[in-house]
Amino acid sequence: MTAPDFAISLVYIAYALAVLLTFGAILTWVERKQAAIMSDRIGANRAYVRIPFTQVKLIWLGLFHGMADGLKLLLKEDFKPLAYDKLAYALGPWLAIVPVLLVFAVVPFGGTLDPGRLFPSLAEWFGGRTYPMQIAPIDAGILIVFAFSGITIIGAMLAGWSSANKFSLLGALRAGSQLISYELVMGLTVLGIVLIFGTVNLGTIVERQSGTVLGFLPAWGIVYQPFAAVLFLIAGIAENKRIPFDLPEAESELISGYFTEYSAMKQGVFMLSEFIEIAVIGALFVTLFFGGYNLPWMNDTGFVFPGGHAVPLSHGWVVVLQLLTFLGKVFLLCSFQILVRWTLPRFRWDQLLRFAWKFLLPLAIANLVVTAVALWAQQA
Amino acid sequence: MMVNVLFYVFGAILVLTALGVITARNPVHCALFLVAAFLNSAVIWLLLQAEFLALTLVVVYVGAVMVLWLFVVMMLDVDVEKLRQGFTRYAPLGALIALVVAVQIGLVVHVRKLGLGDTAAAVVDRPADHSNTQELGHLLYTQYLYPFEIAAVILLVAIVAAITLTMRDRPGQKVQDIGKQVAVRAKDRVRLVKMDAEARQ
Repeated sequence: MTAPDFAISLVYIAYALAVLLTFGAILTWVERKQAAIMSDRIGANRAYVRIPFTQVKLIWLGLFHGMADGLKLLLKEDFKPLAYDKLAYALGPWLAIVPVLLVFAVVPFGGTLDPGRLFPSLAEWFGGRTYPMQIAPIDAGILIVFAFSGITIIGAMLAGWSSANKFSLLGALRAGSQLISYELVMGLTVLGIVLIFGTVNLGTIVERQSGTVLGFLPAWGIVYQPFAAVLFLIAGIAENKRIPFDLPEAESELISGYFTEYSAMKQGVFMLSEFIEIAVIGALFVTLFFGGYNLPWMNDTGFVFPGGHAVPLSHGWVVVLQLLTFLGKVFLLCSFQILVRWTLPRFRWDQLLRFAWKFLLPLAIANLVVTAVALWAQQA
Repeated sequence: MMVNVLFYVFGAILVLTALGVITARNPVHCALFLVAAFLNSAVIWLLLQAEFLALTLVVVYVGAVMVLWLFVVMMLDVDVEKLRQGFTRYAPLGALIALVVAVQIGLVVHVRKLGLGDTAAAVVDRPADHSNTQELGHLLYTQYLYPFEIAAVILLVAIVAAITLTMRDRPGQKVQDIGKQVAVRAKDRVRLVKMDAEARQ
């Protein structure tokens, strides 16, 4: 690894972290505001920042509520239960948030970057090398996603067990069985996409979604696998333990489930990881089913519309457009997840597991079989 | 060079965590050490460029097996003192097993003497776009198709057996049907009886 490669990697990592943490912070506000709009309320609008020495108060639609919440969490007393397991209690929040952040390493957030063309003064240093906009462009990308999401299960279970609280323990057991069931569904739905695009490399999967099908439809995964897309989103929301799948932390039954005994910023970490996971699930869905950074009829040199009309764009504009496209799609997906959260009631516990094993899993297997047979028929 | 340093670092952590598995007093801590050991062995497989195997190890063992393990361990109240009671009785058998394992490790380390060739030199540097997953899948579904399918069937049989063993009707078995409980109406449980007032005695 040479110095330019290293610099690019650092820039990517900084970008990914900035995006994820911003999403985590903004989504807390989006959730409140969207819920308020959906239930015909005004929503968060009290917190403000006053410009010093003036009477000008910046309210900005209540955007500063997130900041106030963050400060509150940081400044609160870190209250611990009387009898708790020190090692597991300390590990819990870390195992909940770190894998969620790491998953983003394999998600391609843009096309190919040619830093030499972007900054002509540095062209010599980069020596004409190009970089895919992805922190770790490794082959087994999808496997990384599942490997890390498996670690978050252990985080939730440890947090619940170590708190020495019966409600927490129930939450931990619920989290374990729920996440393991829905991860299976998620894995099986993704296999359909792997079959269609013939690779487990997320970068290549997005590249293969750049063309068109039947001349006008964008060749996105959702066009080939509409069924799998729905199943994946359901399983994704369940993985994130949000309503209608929020039984591990169902507040009317278990106080706050597996993180009942966490306070101050430790509890904040669990909350933040939930909001970041909304963005990560959105990013994965966009990568697998919504063509990632691709806009319809756009390629690395500009737009080519179906009529043959071409609009060339410079490299800088293409990069910016791809980054914004990806972020925009992810944001839409996040908003959709919040829409679901404020629309549906909670599952009952036995229904939740039955739904995974007796409804979603057979559907996912059927989808896989149909996809395999269709591909085989096409090749034969 | 770098790979060697990494190997020794992660190898050392692996040995320490493995020791932790058998020395920690709390069963959940043992399970945690085991998770760490799995993660470290995954890293060592990554150093051998077996990325598919490494990630599958994490997915299967950390993401599924250890979760089920934690499930059981968290529900049990394991009494460590009781477990230690038979130590002297079982010590000779344990020593024998330890000896066998040690000999086996020795044989593997000196694998050249078994005529299997130098395994350390078998790691070939591949180009960056080499797909480990694809190659493995290709091998599994061509050369090793029958062993692979047979293993799959054995696993399926094991799953079916486990489910039938737990789901069979036993005498005195208590089953909770939440759907039925929720669907209960007051008239199923309470009978309101109208009767005339009785005369005071």
